[in-house]
This record gives sequence, C-alpha cells and structure tokens, in this order.
Amino acid sequence: MNDFPVLSILGLLPFAAAVVVGFLPHGRELLAKQIALVVSLVMLALTVAMAISFEPNAAEPFQFVEKTPWIEQFGISYALGVDGIALVLIAMAVSLGPVVILAGWNDADDNERHRPQTYFALLLALLGTIVFVFAATDLFLFYVAFEVMLIPVYFLIGMFGRGQRTYAAVKFLLYSLFGGLLLLAALIGLYVVSARELGTGTFDWTLLAGMPIDPDTQKILFAGFFFAFAVKAPMVPVHTWLPDAAASATPATSTLLVGVLDKVATFAMLRMVIPIFPDASEWAAPFVVTLAVISIVYGALVAIGQTDMYRLIAYTSVSHFGFIILGIFAFTEIGGSGSVVYMVAHGLSTAALFLVAGFLVKRRGSSLIPSFGGVQRVAPLLAGFFLVAGLSSLAMPGLASFVGELTVLIGSYQRWPVAAVIAVIGIVLSSLYVLIMYQRVAQGPETENVKGMRDAVPREVVVFAPILALTLAVGIFPKPVFDVVNPAIERTYSFLQVAPVEPEVPVGDVTTDGAATDGEDS
Amino acid sequence: MMPHLADGFTSPTFEYQLLAPMLIVFGGAIVGVLVEAFTPRGPRRTVQVALGLVTLVVAFVVLLAVTRPKLGDLAASGTVAIDGPAVFFQGTILVLALLSFLLFVERGVDSAGDAFTPSGATIPGSASERELVAARVSQTEVWPLALFSVGGMMLFVASNDLLTFFVALEVMSLPLYLLVGLARRRRLLSQEAALKYFLLGSFSSAFLLFGSAFLFGYSGSISFTGIYDSLSSGVGLDPLLLIGTGMVAIGLFFKVGAVPFHSWVPDVYQGAPTPVTAFMAAATKVAAFGAMLRIFYVALGDYDWNWRPMFWVVTILTIVVGSILAITQTDIKRMLAYSSVAQAGFILTGVTAASDSGLSSTMFYLVAYGFATIGAFALVTLVRDGTSEATHLSRWAGLGRRSPIIAAVLSLFLLSFAGIPLTSGFIGKFLVFEAAVNGGATPLVIVGAIFSAVAAFFYVRVIVLMYFSDPPDDAPSLALPGAATTLAVAVCAAGTVALGVVPGPVIDLAQEAAAFIR
Repeated sequence: MNDFPVLSILGLLPFAAAVVVGFLPHGRELLAKQIALVVSLVMLALTVAMAISFEPNAAEPFQFVEKTPWIEQFGISYALGVDGIALVLIAMAVSLGPVVILAGWNDADDNERHRPQTYFALLLALLGTIVFVFAATDLFLFYVAFEVMLIPVYFLIGMFGRGQRTYAAVKFLLYSLFGGLLLLAALIGLYVVSARELGTGTFDWTLLAGMPIDPDTQKILFAGFFFAFAVKAPMVPVHTWLPDAAASATPATSTLLVGVLDKVATFAMLRMVIPIFPDASEWAAPFVVTLAVISIVYGALVAIGQTDMYRLIAYTSVSHFGFIILGIFAFTEIGGSGSVVYMVAHGLSTAALFLVAGFLVKRRGSSLIPSFGGVQRVAPLLAGFFLVAGLSSLAMPGLASFVGELTVLIGSYQRWPVAAVIAVIGIVLSSLYVLIMYQRVAQGPETENVKGMRDAVPREVVVFAPILALTLAVGIFPKPVFDVVNPAIERTYSFLQVAPVEPEVPVGDVTTDGAATDGEDS
Repeated sequence: MMPHLADGFTSPTFEYQLLAPMLIVFGGAIVGVLVEAFTPRGPRRTVQVALGLVTLVVAFVVLLAVTRPKLGDLAASGTVAIDGPAVFFQGTILVLALLSFLLFVERGVDSAGDAFTPSGATIPGSASERELVAARVSQTEVWPLALFSVGGMMLFVASNDLLTFFVALEVMSLPLYLLVGLARRRRLLSQEAALKYFLLGSFSSAFLLFGSAFLFGYSGSISFTGIYDSLSSGVGLDPLLLIGTGMVAIGLFFKVGAVPFHSWVPDVYQGAPTPVTAFMAAATKVAAFGAMLRIFYVALGDYDWNWRPMFWVVTILTIVVGSILAITQTDIKRMLAYSSVAQAGFILTGVTAASDSGLSSTMFYLVAYGFATIGAFALVTLVRDGTSEATHLSRWAGLGRRSPIIAAVLSLFLLSFAGIPLTSGFIGKFLVFEAAVNGGATPLVIVGAIFSAVAAFFYVRVIVLMYFSDPPDDAPSLALPGAATTLAVAVCAAGTVALGVVPGPVIDLAQEAAAFIR
C-alpha cells in the first residue's frame, strides 16, 4: 500500500531517543524531559497519520506491512503490520505516551539513587516495545518484544518505585518470565507443528492462522499460550503480582503497565489464541469464561476492601480484565468488538485514576485512603478530576467504559447467559468501590490531613484534559472505533467452527448510546 | 578401519594441512617450555605472553585458511576426524582461549601483579613466598600449561578413536589441575580446589578408560567408525556395550559438570584463579560437549534408543539441581558455578535430541554460553576488597550506582544466561528447545522452561542487588580494568548482543558444519 516504514519508525524512534536521553550528562535533566515529550508527540502525530490512511475494510488482514527476513533458518522475519485491533491499541498507547511523560515530569527529581535521564529513557524504551508487540505479525518477533518489554518495567518499578519496590519488581518479573517461558515452549511446539503441516516451519501469523492442528496438540499448545496471557492479563488466580507492582510503581509506570501493557495479553488472545487454536479455544471457553467471571466478582470484592488507592485501582483492573476476556470468549462479534472498545476505555480510565491518584499521593506523601478526607474543600478541581476518573471506571453512560461494558455484556449474554448475569454483579460492585473511595478521600469536612493542599496545577490539567476528551469522545461517538475494529473481529472469529448466535436482544436498544454501529454489521 | 596390530606395520599417514592448527598449538606449548628453560627471568613473561597469544592467533588463522576448505577427512590414519563439527569446535575453543588469555595477561587489577601466585611451589604465607612477591616474580609456566590444555581440547573434539580420545582428555585435563592451584590470593582454597579437581578428575578418567575398554571388548575396534559398524551389524542388548556406554557417559558428564557428577564444579570454580575459572568454564565445556557429541552421535549414533533415556534423566537432574542450588549461593563465583551446571543441563537438552539440529543447536549454545561466561568472570575480577576479589554477593550491592558500566555489562551477561530475548542466550535456548521438541523430547523442554524461570530468579537477584540496593558503607574498591580485560569484556559483550540480534550467520555456520563423518 505504501512503502514508508511507518511502524518501524514508530517503534524505533523511541529507542533511539531513549539512548540519547539515557546518556545525557548531569545537569541536562530538563533537556531529557523535553526530548522525551517531543518524541512522544511525534509518535502521536505519526499514529494519527497512520490512522487516517488506514482502510478499515481492506481485503488483506494487515496494513502498513513490512517484512524482512531475520533468522531465515527458522522462517523468522521482522514482520510488522496492523489490523484494526492493533491500530486502535497502538493509538491508545501512543496517546497515553505524552500524558504519562508529562504526568511523571517530576517523578524522578528527588530520587537520590537514579537520574531522571534514566527514568525517561526507560519510559521511552517501554513505549517502543509496546509498538512492536502490537505491530508484530511474526510470532517470534512478538515473543521477543513481549519479553523485552519486561526489562524497562522491571527497572522502572525497582529503581523509581516506592515502598516494597524491589519485591514488587522481582515478583512482576518472575511471574511474567514464568508465563513467558511456557509461551516459548508452546511457540516452539507450534513451530514444529507448522514444519510438519506446511513443509517448512514458520512463525508467520498469516500462515499459522487457520492451519490445521490435531486437536490434542492444539489443546496442549493452547494451554501454554493461554497461561502466559492469563498471567499477563492478569486473571485470578495468577493476578497477585499486579497489586504489588501497582502499589510500588510510579503512577506513570502503573498507567503504562496496567493500562497498556496488560492489554497485550487480551490482544494476543484475539490475535493468536483464537485464530491459531480455534478448536481448543472453543473447547476451553467454558473454563475461561468461568475464570473471567470469577475475576470480575473477586477483583471487585477485593477492591472494596482495599485501603491503598493504588492497590484498589489494580484490583478494579483485575475485575475489568475479566470483562474483556468474557467478551473475547463470547465468540460473538458484538462481544469481541466490545472487548476491544473496553480495552481502550479501560486504558483511559485506568490512566485517569492512576494519574489523578498520583497527584493526590504526591501532595500527601501517602497512598492510604484514610490519610485523606475532604479534599474537595481544598482542591475542588483535583477532586473533580478524581470523581470523573472514578465515574469512567464504573462505566458511567456517556463515558467510554460504558460502551465497552454494555457491548461485552450483550455479546456474552447471547452465548453465556448465566455468566453475563453474574458479571453484572461486577458493575454494581464497581459503583461501590469507586464511590466509597471518592467519598472517603474527597467528601466530608476538610480534615487536618489535607489542610493547605494545592489544587491542580496547569501541568496536571494538561495531563487530565486529553484523557477526559478521549473518554468522552469514545463514550459519545464510538462509531469510528467500531468501524475500524469490526472487520478485524469478524476475521478473528471466522476461524471458529462455532455457529454465530443470532442477537436475541434488539440491537436498536443501544442506539442512544452510540453502540448501535454494531447493528450495521450484523 | 584401523590397521590391526596383527596386520603388520603400516606406516601412519599424516594429513598435515588438517592437523596444522593442533600442531601449531602443541608446538607453541613446547617452545614455551623451552622459553621457560632458556630465557632469563627479566623478559621471560613478555616472551611467554607474546608466544601464547601469537600461537592462538596463528592457529586460528590456519584453521580458517587451510583446514576449513579441506574439511571432511579422517586424518592421522583415521584417529582424528577433521569434519565440520571438529573445525567449528576447534575455532570456538581457540577464540574462547584467546579471550581467556587476555584475562591471564591482566596485571592492572591486582596491585601485586597478575592473578597467579609467583611460585606454586612455595608454602602459602611463607617467607619465600613473600620474597618472590616483593620481587614481583611471575609464574610464567602458566602459559605453556594453558597452551597444552588448549591443544588437548582441540584434539578432544576431533578424536575419532578411543585411545586418542583418552589421551586428548588427559592432555587437556592435567594442565588444568595445575592451573587451578595457582591462585595468587586465597592460596589454600586454590590448592584445595586443585586437589579435589585432580582426585575427582582422575576418578572420572578411570571410568572413561574402563568404559572404553568395554566398548572395545564389544566391538573389537577402538575406532568410532568401527564401533558404529559393529552396532549396525545388528547385535542386541549386549552388557559390554551397555556398561561401556554408561561408563564413558559418566566420564563425560563429569567433565561437563552434569548432575550427579557436578560436586567438584562449585569448589573448583571458586578456588581457581578467576581467569582460569573463565577458561575452564567456557573452553573446557565446549571441548567436553564436542567430544560427547562425537562419541554419542558417531560411535553410538545408532544406539540412541538406549542412551537417550539416560540423557533424559541426567538432563532433568542437571537443570533442576543446578537451578535450585544456585538460588542458595551467596558467593558470586559459586553462583556462577551452579549456573554453569544449570546451563550444562540446557545444553544437554540439545544433545538429547540426537539429530542434526540437536548438534547445530548445541554448537550455537556453546558459543553463546562461552562468550557470556568469560565476560561474567572477567567482571568478577574487577570488584575487589583490598587485595582479593570481593566475591560475597552482599559486597556487590549498589554497584549500579558506583560503576554503571560494570553493572550494565554484567546485567547483560546475566540476562543472556537467563535467556531474555535480544541476547545470545535466548537464541541458544530457543534452538536447543526447538531441537528437543523436534526430537520428541517435549517433556525436557517443559522442565527446561519452568526451571529457566527458577534460574532467572538468581540471575535477577544479582541485578536487584546491583541496582536497587544501597552500597555497603565499606564498599569494595573497583579496579580499573587494563586494556586486555577491557578488550575481552568488550568482545564478549559485543558477541552476546550480536548473537542475540543477528544470529543468522552463526546459525548458518553451525548448520553447515553439523555433519559428522564416520
């Protein structure tokens, strides 16, 4: 389509910038931050350009394709390309780039151990790996990006975190590595199978998707893939690394970690697990859906009991990832598309929550909910941000999460009615955890704790405004997102044998909320 | 076939072009002995250093220029096979030896001189030792000893009959026993290590020799080709063959440090002078695996249904025990020793595949492992407490802040051991796992994957210490590496990254070379 290697540039530019920023001498901290911000804005501009020239209904699965042989002996190539799902997720990640850099502007200034240069270099490197992990159409390249991604996060938590940062960083790394190594074993198994099926082994998605694999082998390989992604997502019962990591990391890191990085797992379920192991996916779906529902309810219940804001937000994410996975394994187009929209919405709402909570924590020096109270009296703007972020998390109509949650529930009700009904409990509980937290932090009389707290400074307003704008945009007018995502979802589910479920709920019902665009495809 | 003794005397043939690299190394070693005898003490060290380095370089150039184009022949009346794997391993050994020699040369990190005691014969702590130290005398025998060992290794990977095999093993091992005992610091520990290594090493050599006798008894031939022929003539489960295979395997498992024959590894790696540890851990392992591959793939190639179960058990044990014991270590040299045990397990995964891809993946892994190992041990020499190396892990805390470069490069090597992508270790792991899955050893791969995560824990622990902890108040001093060490570390680091990012050419080399001749 066009020969300009936009994805490579998008992925490599932050790495190059990271090297430059990392080696800046002492005293050039400001320059480091400026370079990081400018690079992230350039990435955003590139992504916007890419999104504009993207053709949602193109016949070929991937666009902006690049392919160069890498390790030819094993059919490994440096192959990039995006479908609608990847494009939307890259766009979300890249939009959050400047936001987190701005939000983390002063994060590393009073760190006596490590320099801000390192902090921003790591953030940039992380952004680069995120682009590669979503854009890789070669499974080996995906795996490389998937694992390399751990390194910057590990150092971001361990070097710049607080509290039990070392413990959290190591726990994060070991959980991820454990899942990742099983994924490697499964990937090698898949390669060997592909060598038998296709004559020459390959890691090329376009050849692997829909390749016939004997059902028993499929189940074993599925288990390897799914386990790795369940750890990453994270699903109950392999979720415990997330609250620890989120409680110790800086808000900027947590935003990228929970908001973007964990989406790699749900993205990979759509991109790889279902098209490559369709039979096993159908076979395992009841089990996966059960786990997803457990995650939804358990995550929400545990979130209510948290006293640390960061941990609370982490547990809400466990609950929300349950919704996303429920939507994916509903095997209905509306559920699948809904889950992608929910991924975007969750990225935005988590970013808002983590970053605003970070502003509060920065002022107070503590992330415990009881050490606040009556923030609204002293810092009304900040409290307002906090409320909006919370509402976005509990899926207030008009905000992005609502569209996602509703479509996921509609989609999954058609296939798994019982699961969908139980999942609704999660929505009820979400109002509880958000509103209780807001009430304790912001409402009530002004307490000693928050006396003299500054209201939001301009930098913080600039951080919050774009997130809010995007949340509203997707919440009110999600059609462009659905338009881009739907064809990719259709292709994903076309590998399945399962009969499509006729919508039992009249789709017209959701028109008022803008989610009706789904109806146009069915 | 080998000329049989009863056939009367046939004068042996020597294909000098094929044998030249080995002859050069052995020649260099012998000249080294003469230098030792006839050169005055003043310039002696300079001469030995130059001789050692030049010998290795010349041997490598000859290997590439003269031997490689002609490979694929048996030489020296069939006792030596110069085929693809032999040349690949010989080249690897020469490169790794050259890197280790650079560490041998280093005199800058220890205020008193190089890593070796001025005289191994003096009693530790005695007056005569102090005199020699004050006079800044060097134990220059180190150089010819190391050259003999390198020559032995080169012969070991190329030997094509049981006698050459055994002789090569001894030529390779005997100088090592001596080198291990020559540390300048902590000499008692070093001597103890040498004695342990010697006793256990000779014990294992005896096993190997005894096993060879059984194999000869079974097949009536000492040549690998002969053993292979007698196997293919279709004899079943012969106890002689079974016992012989087992005993030869034990001897080799000892040399590669596989569980349950690994107990010498931590003691010897810890006690030996660190440059020697690097040399042993890298080059000896390559040689031992090269020889193991040859005897099991060539002589016993059709017998794999019988030796593979044994390899399965040893591989799993090695990975599991090596990884778990490494976690409990508090000394970085011992930790790296157990890590090398675990790595031997991963390499064995490739050997167990018993296929061409098993061979080529093992070859690649050994190269990757060799670079990272020498690099890691080289860095160990730089962190020092007063005079000797600060090997206790707690002394490494906060190193990332005090010396970002040492910490970053060591992290690179550790991440490579842990198998993180974009490092050579990852590609190596991928290749051996792929070979194993293809060879029907999937359970090994699953064990390998799970314990890779366990192994990652202790590698990561060092990174945690270096970057996330505060340095101790009496933090160890950091020696500035001299040019030699810097060069060695730089080459190792570059190799580790290059093999991780663009592994294609070396995989190509390994795959092209991966064909034994019989």
